[in-house]
Amino acid sequence: MMSNLIPDKPPFKLFDILYKKEFILLIVLFVILLINSNISPYFLDLYNLIDSTFLFSEKAIIALSMTFIIIARQIDLSVASIMALSSCVLGYTTSLGYDTSTIIFLTLITGVLCGLFNGLIITKFAIPSIIVTIGTMSLFRGLAYSFLEDSYYNKFPEIVISMGSDYLFGYIPYAFLTFIILSIVFAFILHKTFIGKKIYSIGNNPDAAKYTGIAVDKYTIVLFAVNGLFSALASIFLSGRLSSVRPNIAFGWELEIITMVVLGGVYIYGGSGTILGVFISIFILGMLSFGLGLLNVPGVGIIIFTGLLLILSIGFPSFVKNFRRKNE
Amino acid sequence: MKKLLTNRDVILFLIILIGVIAVGIANPFFVKPSSLSDVLTDTSILIILALSQMIVILIRAIDLSVASNLALSGMLISLLSTLHPELPVIYFIILSCIIGTFLGLLNGVSIAILKVPFIVTTLGTLSIYRGLIYFVSDGKQVYSHEFSDDFLSLIHHKFLSLSFLFWMAVIVFIIIYVLLNHTKFGRNLYTLGGNPEAAKYIGINENKYIILAYSISGFFAGLCGYLWVARYSVASTQIAIGFELTVISACVVGGISVMGGVGTVVGCVLGAMLIGLIRNALPAVDISQFWQLAISGAIILIAIIINTKTEQRKEKTIMVE
Repeated sequence: MMSNLIPDKPPFKLFDILYKKEFILLIVLFVILLINSNISPYFLDLYNLIDSTFLFSEKAIIALSMTFIIIARQIDLSVASIMALSSCVLGYTTSLGYDTSTIIFLTLITGVLCGLFNGLIITKFAIPSIIVTIGTMSLFRGLAYSFLEDSYYNKFPEIVISMGSDYLFGYIPYAFLTFIILSIVFAFILHKTFIGKKIYSIGNNPDAAKYTGIAVDKYTIVLFAVNGLFSALASIFLSGRLSSVRPNIAFGWELEIITMVVLGGVYIYGGSGTILGVFISIFILGMLSFGLGLLNVPGVGIIIFTGLLLILSIGFPSFVKNFRRKNE
Repeated sequence: MKKLLTNRDVILFLIILIGVIAVGIANPFFVKPSSLSDVLTDTSILIILALSQMIVILIRAIDLSVASNLALSGMLISLLSTLHPELPVIYFIILSCIIGTFLGLLNGVSIAILKVPFIVTTLGTLSIYRGLIYFVSDGKQVYSHEFSDDFLSLIHHKFLSLSFLFWMAVIVFIIIYVLLNHTKFGRNLYTLGGNPEAAKYIGINENKYIILAYSISGFFAGLCGYLWVARYSVASTQIAIGFELTVISACVVGGISVMGGVGTVVGCVLGAMLIGLIRNALPAVDISQFWQLAISGAIILIAIIINTKTEQRKEKTIMVE
């Protein structure tokens, strides 16, 4: 009788871990760390390592909420433009002399409103998100341009400056700390709550999800609003770090953020992926560009590496799978 | 008559016509023949790229790497022309097309054979091709005095007082019009985009068409690589950066559905022309250039919403019948 029972969880096998995407990513990260520490004596310096997190923390914060968006079978190309617009609001409200909490509130609200706008157009008119966000990408950054023209803001509240460039206990940058805390929160929501389960089922099959009573449209709108919120949060860190805002701030970041998510094993057509994978891939990309930077490889070398890594990380496993299937 | 007025291409044409007249009233200089022909010249590269992007969008894909492809092939032939200025210019054009086709082919192979989703592939090659430009050029620019005279002068020839660039766009329009409307390849492309399942049952080889579509897109990106470099007489790492999104916007405004299988060649050209008109008309009516991006963004959104509305209405009428 026992043999007829179907276990609801497959039995744990040590060998299975080897096939997990996260495991492969971890090995890649390990190899990168090993190579980096061998070729440059400056790599394993604690202060260097800590400061290297400044290079990716802001993008990483958005990558977390972008993971939710992509798992729900959507995409948001407008995040960098939302950042530009909310940093403009940050600079403008500061110049008007509002008090700090109002400034930060208005900046975050700008992000939420941009995200809501995306979500409403996508759901109300049933238009694919890639097209809508190509449009809003121009719209939001265009608004930043028409607002600032060729000037810039360089005055921000004390708190914003210290958020962007200071360390907790003199060691942990606030941006990095925020990213770590948010990854734990996002991982909990995605993997341990009914919200996460619903996001996966929306991504797997939106129509089926609708018939099982999930408010797909409401989820989509909220996810885009959350993505806008975190873009605005990232823009506060970035403005504080650069202490200068121009309309071209964070130009091209949307593609880097999506690369972080997709490299982390999140399927671009939705329904699968983990926060852990994205977390590791953020470190892979961060350490890769940091290491190449120490070797004086210019930014372009990093661009080529990132692109190749992105295509090969997805192309190689599916190629092997196809190859095996043909041989069997 | 009613049918004519609900035709998307006719509506788009009327919008462009009204736009030109409105701008002409505000600024009479804008509607002088010489000024209008400048607008056409300025829009020609966008038209060529939009037409080749259309082939990719028809099969439910997008090619985000066109601008990087254009810049890389443009840079490679520019470097070659500084080394061998004596070669006839036609060699450079052909070479540029070959490089572009090869880069497009790589996209197609990655999508069809390696099964990497098109967004991921073209996002990746967007970075790789752009990065390779720095790699081959060492980050340097090729300036106008380094090109041979032939290389730059070809593009300034005029025929019937219209520019070489414009006539190139016309030739590409005719080629793609015939290709999509009068060949088996074109019909199969529409079938594949409209209903991939059905296409499989009637024996259309999906992989072959993906690779071909991306190669064609690459071919024209390569051609525009020459045109772009010759027109602006400079090849740098930054040329055409972000232009892929303008190209996709032109297609979307022209009524090419990203759901695949829907859209006309004429609509695509009109979409590109509307975008080109906006870019050129704003300075003519004294709107600050800083507003340009926001206004194009808003127009793209409005066009998409109108397109989707009309499409959805059509679906409903089919259900009633």
